[in-house]
Amino acid sequence: MNSKSLLLCLLFGAVFLALWQLLAQGSEMPTPGQVASVSLDFLRDPFYDAGPNDKGIAILAAYSLVRLISGFVLASVVAVVLGVVLGRSQTLFAAVNPYIQILRSISPIAWMPLLLYSVKDSEMTAFFVIFMASLWPTLANTAFGVSSIRREYLNVAAILQMKPSEKFFKVILPAAGPAIVAGLKISMGSAWVALIPAEALLGSLGLGYFVWNEWNNLSLPSVIFAILTIGVVGVIVDWLFSRLARRLAYTD
Amino acid sequence: MMPLLDVDRVSKKYVVPGMKEPYCVFRDISLQIREGEFVSVIGHSGCGKSTLLNIIAGIDSADEGVIRLKGREVRSPGLDRMVVFQNFALMPWMTVYQNVRLAVQAAYPHWSRSRIHERVSHYLELVNLKGAEDKYPSALSGGMKQRCGLARAFAVQPPMMLLDEPFAQIDALTRGTIQDELIQMWNETGVTIFMVTHDVDEAILLSDRILLMSAGPFAQIREVVPIEIPRPRTRGSIIEHPDYYRLRNRIIQFLSEKGASQAA
Ligand SMILES: Nc1ncnc2c1ncn2[C@@H]1O[C@H](COP(=O)(O)OP(=O)(O)OP(=O)(O)O)[C@@H](O)[C@H]1O
Ligand SMILES: [Mg+2]
Repeated sequence: MNSKSLLLCLLFGAVFLALWQLLAQGSEMPTPGQVASVSLDFLRDPFYDAGPNDKGIAILAAYSLVRLISGFVLASVVAVVLGVVLGRSQTLFAAVNPYIQILRSISPIAWMPLLLYSVKDSEMTAFFVIFMASLWPTLANTAFGVSSIRREYLNVAAILQMKPSEKFFKVILPAAGPAIVAGLKISMGSAWVALIPAEALLGSLGLGYFVWNEWNNLSLPSVIFAILTIGVVGVIVDWLFSRLARRLAYTD
Repeated sequence: MMPLLDVDRVSKKYVVPGMKEPYCVFRDISLQIREGEFVSVIGHSGCGKSTLLNIIAGIDSADEGVIRLKGREVRSPGLDRMVVFQNFALMPWMTVYQNVRLAVQAAYPHWSRSRIHERVSHYLELVNLKGAEDKYPSALSGGMKQRCGLARAFAVQPPMMLLDEPFAQIDALTRGTIQDELIQMWNETGVTIFMVTHDVDEAILLSDRILLMSAGPFAQIREVVPIEIPRPRTRGSIIEHPDYYRLRNRIIQFLSEKGASQAA
């Protein structure tokens, strides 16, 4: 960000806070000041643990992140392997693509009743929601990335008589790397977006549950703090991915 | 004596969408290359030179006929026929060093790290890429990219090397230097080379024999021109040789004949 953008960015923030202050005054909505003071209370002791339903914000965020990462990692492994298989076979890709298109347009939350009914466990249900949310973007991107690997790289692999595993790690993965990471990034975003309502609905300990709980406590400043926390954690996760993407990018 | 490479009555057809008959690029092409020989093929664009080279490499398949290397039929690509591509085909996510090492590792999986390093360094030195080892292909000029491509192919020390217009994308000045490096490596390794080119002078400078290929469909090797100018040759010395203009004129005349540019 250059200095001009930074200045504008700060200006927009200030205008937003001023408008918020103006609109909140004399209504039931909490003012920025109230939210700030509640936030400080939460951040003062982020790691406190006072029983099963009363934990600090960092612990709640950790619960959410662990849930996110376990579902995401498993889905990503499945998606990359399947994506490579589909990307290597035009016929298979064309045959499976309609199903992928349908499945990817279903909100992962919509699976919840079915999942709850079949696995009968809220933690597993949350896991599968994240799994479903993470699967499709990576799968589609990997398949596309692999199918558009330039012929000449595969020819070189063939001339060097690489074993399938060698070809997978030394040619296919790096060649499709940028496309795969772009898919992982979208997957991570949609998993994070799906995680919050899933936790809220399932009552699993985490940031989504926290939002809902504070709403049940009718504590609007806390709700706003929770919303901000979700946004900030999401941005951090996304930023980490951008760094990874930069490391794997190449120009040809 | 058995030739190193034996191309035995090879034909190639392509099915063209919307056409009833498949397009026959060439039919019954036969040629033999002796061990250590440098053979070039010249022909008009689209006559099927790359197709022939790719079939020998095993990247493409023939519809009829057989390719034999040292008497044994070959159908798939392999480390015994390294290819140098017109568009370099370097892995863009690997450095120059890693690109060459990839090939050496593949060819000699049981070698120690230091032995692999020695081999890679040696060939990077021969093509004057010392100092550019850690660069990525995107940061290299066309000439440097092709040096890397040549080092990768030579470092494997295959019995046969296939070069598809290796200098076509390289400026004329650099081309001369790399041709010299190519000849030096050819002398050092004794590898057998089959090269496709458009450049008559390049062919005369480098080759023991030049194959003249007619245009398709049904392209053929019409004529074989032996180049008996003694080596070492330089661009300066070949033009002084009494054979030079006769050879050059013969080839250029062939390329401008009706049969070379149209259906015969
Ligand atoms: N995949 C393909 N499908 C159909 N026709 C093809 C295919 N590949 C090549 N051809 C045709 O085969 C002929 C020979 O092509 P090839 O690339 O071998 O020519 P070339 O002699 O190498 O030409 P250039 O000098 O331009 O590289 C051309 O007419 C081309 O159109
Ligand atoms: Mg060609």
